[in-house]
Amino acid sequence: MEATIALGGNPNSGKTTLFNELTGARQHVGNYPGVTVEKKEGIYIQNEYHMRIVDLPGTYSLTAYSVEEVVARDFLVNEKPEVIINIVDASNLERNLYLTLQFLERGIPMCVALNMIDVAKSRGIKIDEKRLSKLLGVPVIPIIARNGYGKHDLMLAAADLSVEKKQMTPLQISYGDDLDRTFIEMEKEIRANDFLTGTYPARWTALKYMENDELILSKGQKQNSEVAAKLENMVKNVSVHLQETVDTYPEAMIADYRYGYISSIIKQGIIRKKGDEQNRLYTSDKIDRVLTNRFMGPLIMLLVLLVLYQFVFTYSEVPVGWVESFFGWLGHLASENLADGLLRSLVVSGIIDGVGGVLGFAPLIMFMFFGISLLEDSGYLARVAFMLDRIFMIFGLHGSSVMAYIISGGIAGGCAVPGVMATRTLRSPRERLATLLTAPFMNCGAKLPIFALLIAAFFSESKGTLMFFFTLISWGGALIVAKFLRLTVIRGAPTPFVMELPPYRLPTFKGLVIHTWERTWQYVKKAGTVILGISIIIWAMMTFPTLPDSKVQDFERKQEALRGAAPSAIVLEFESADKGAELSAEAQKLKERLKVIHSKKAETALRYSIAGRIGTALEKITQFAGFDWRTNIALLGGFAAKEVVVSTLGTAYSLGEVDPEESESLSETLANSPAWSPLVAFSLIIFIMFYAPCFATVVCIVKEAGTWKWGVFSMGFNTLLAFTLATLIFQAGSLLGY
Amino acid sequence: MARLMMRNMDDNQSGTISAVKVSGELGRRIRDMGLVPGTDIRVQGRAPLYDPVALRVRGFTLTLRNNEAEHIEVEVC
Ligand SMILES: Nc1nc2c(ncn2[C@@H]2O[C@H](COP(=O)(O)OP(=O)(O)O)[C@@H](O)[C@H]2O)c(=O)[nH]1
Ligand SMILES: [Mg+2]
Repeated sequence: MEATIALGGNPNSGKTTLFNELTGARQHVGNYPGVTVEKKEGIYIQNEYHMRIVDLPGTYSLTAYSVEEVVARDFLVNEKPEVIINIVDASNLERNLYLTLQFLERGIPMCVALNMIDVAKSRGIKIDEKRLSKLLGVPVIPIIARNGYGKHDLMLAAADLSVEKKQMTPLQISYGDDLDRTFIEMEKEIRANDFLTGTYPARWTALKYMENDELILSKGQKQNSEVAAKLENMVKNVSVHLQETVDTYPEAMIADYRYGYISSIIKQGIIRKKGDEQNRLYTSDKIDRVLTNRFMGPLIMLLVLLVLYQFVFTYSEVPVGWVESFFGWLGHLASENLADGLLRSLVVSGIIDGVGGVLGFAPLIMFMFFGISLLEDSGYLARVAFMLDRIFMIFGLHGSSVMAYIISGGIAGGCAVPGVMATRTLRSPRERLATLLTAPFMNCGAKLPIFALLIAAFFSESKGTLMFFFTLISWGGALIVAKFLRLTVIRGAPTPFVMELPPYRLPTFKGLVIHTWERTWQYVKKAGTVILGISIIIWAMMTFPTLPDSKVQDFERKQEALRGAAPSAIVLEFESADKGAELSAEAQKLKERLKVIHSKKAETALRYSIAGRIGTALEKITQFAGFDWRTNIALLGGFAAKEVVVSTLGTAYSLGEVDPEESESLSETLANSPAWSPLVAFSLIIFIMFYAPCFATVVCIVKEAGTWKWGVFSMGFNTLLAFTLATLIFQAGSLLGY
Repeated sequence: MARLMMRNMDDNQSGTISAVKVSGELGRRIRDMGLVPGTDIRVQGRAPLYDPVALRVRGFTLTLRNNEAEHIEVEVC
């Protein structure tokens, strides 16, 4: 038999764990249309059953305040699952039942999965599930999602419900005389006019009107504005009445009565516990005494974040190395087998380097998600948010923003690609957006070689001190810009922090692996498509138009002339020598001279290309920040990946390809160039810190923010900001005589 | 018996919520988490910078910012 079954429940109730347990590897992660909430779907196969399982986002309620709630609600309306499995944390029954009631009021066939009975048991809580089932009027099946205990019984119950196809009568809770009377009137009005009855039970619509649910209100307006106005009026009347008589709002009243209803259920001997629940210290609380302690807490947190950082960036070095050597080998193979020319350049510099550079991030992303999932599933991430919120709140962010910042390079050397993806743990939409737009200001690993090059050329102070100073600048910049964004384009009241500190739990290895694999795979798919495309475009910009034949011939003639001038024995030695073989002094000299011409040709070709022309044209503007056309081209190249800045500068200075890790020759050239000074170098460092993120990051921003607009914004806004800062520095510095 | 705002409660102090004086999203979230009049709560502690505050309510731990706790009136013993 086939059926669609939705898993709904509070965050941390174990939905994903159960989902993994039911579907194993037969799952697929996507997004709900138009929003960035993940949609996980999978298939449960057992005997004759073949059921589609959907993991709804975790919510505490079914209002219209958070995207998660809206998505969960829309799913129930649009895709009409046959059954909802409501996962309930047995060790936290009261609050979990609040959502259960709302599902029941909605009237969709449902069964309750009473999860974490192992935890409840260890806390001395026993739940009478038979009685609970009778009181709620739906099956209640105890399970332990972590080890799969009870899952087949659960699916059996769900299957029965979907076979019966019986129409559930929506639960009717009494909300007190005043509201109940109004509800009856409203329902009458709704039924008489068939108002939204195609989609919602009449009482549900009335409830939502009473709760002031914006989505339903606007739907109602569209369907029949006359009835809508009538209903709104009834709500207003009772609302005024409530405020006058008992000083409360209808929505508050509704919550009161729901919790009252839950209490009345629980009081009928559902829960038996040993000891005083309210004041009992659980193991988790004991751990918190240390981990969120005023003095120890921050220290331990610092340590944990450092370890996370080390784990992501140091341990991933080996697999990153494999990816790099694989693409190095592939590039080499292509160079050997393709004739010198455009095709080879496209394959090697456009496709292989581009995709290789981007796939090189894959191991990083894998390690990052593994580390973060570990922190998230264990419950520690919520503590980090708790401890740091006071600081981040000032800048319109959220305590959890710290994670994204650190991974992006808040500890110099991170990477904005996994950093931007790490904002997924943030459930406050505005705070999340501000975080992911500012995280790229951190000094990622690819910016460091550029800084190192400029420091070596222009600053005598120790590299360590300066790097620390630059790290402070990027933190300061990111926080200030975040505040600015929150006051302007992402304006809005802070999202309430109100959050559960879940008990510490041991995550399942299976869950971690599945989670990590999915995220990495999503990224790799992107790298294979969008990123390949952009990489080719950038390559084309730096290659076309190619030098006219006459120019090429000029260089060739010069090379010919050199060869002609040299003794033929030397030329022969030079040409027949194997790569890397020791050459005689004369032959070596010839080789270098030829290389000079070759590099000169590369420089001329670069300047002749579209990127070169853009760079040259921009000189008129960028001179205010102290940048000449060479720097401009390098910065354009930096959009492909920041490390390209160094190698492009090398080409622009006729040094041939410069390895970012060994840039002494370039550093010397810059130090001796009249176009450069410490002031220019400082201005450039600031520019690089703040300007457009590399396109791999932009692609991630677009994906995480849900629209390409924020990707475009981050390129435009950041570049403008960077240019303004660099110009201020250069102009002020020039005035002061630096 | 005294009434005070949750913001001003001491660590480890217990009490019973007497009113939640805020509507809109914040009010909704507070109530959804079970902070409704009549609920027993205990202040579990505060973050290192004294904000947010952690509560024990209905057997789980909840955190909210001081300026959010400002809207919750508690009757303490
Ligand atoms: N002891 C125990 N832990 C569980 C159980 N189910 C889930 N967990 C743990 O609870 C945490 C949160 O689970 P998760 O599935 O991510 O919750 P979700 O937010 O509802 O998707 C994870 O660390 C799980 O390993 C269970 O039945 N018993
Ligand atoms: Mg989950």
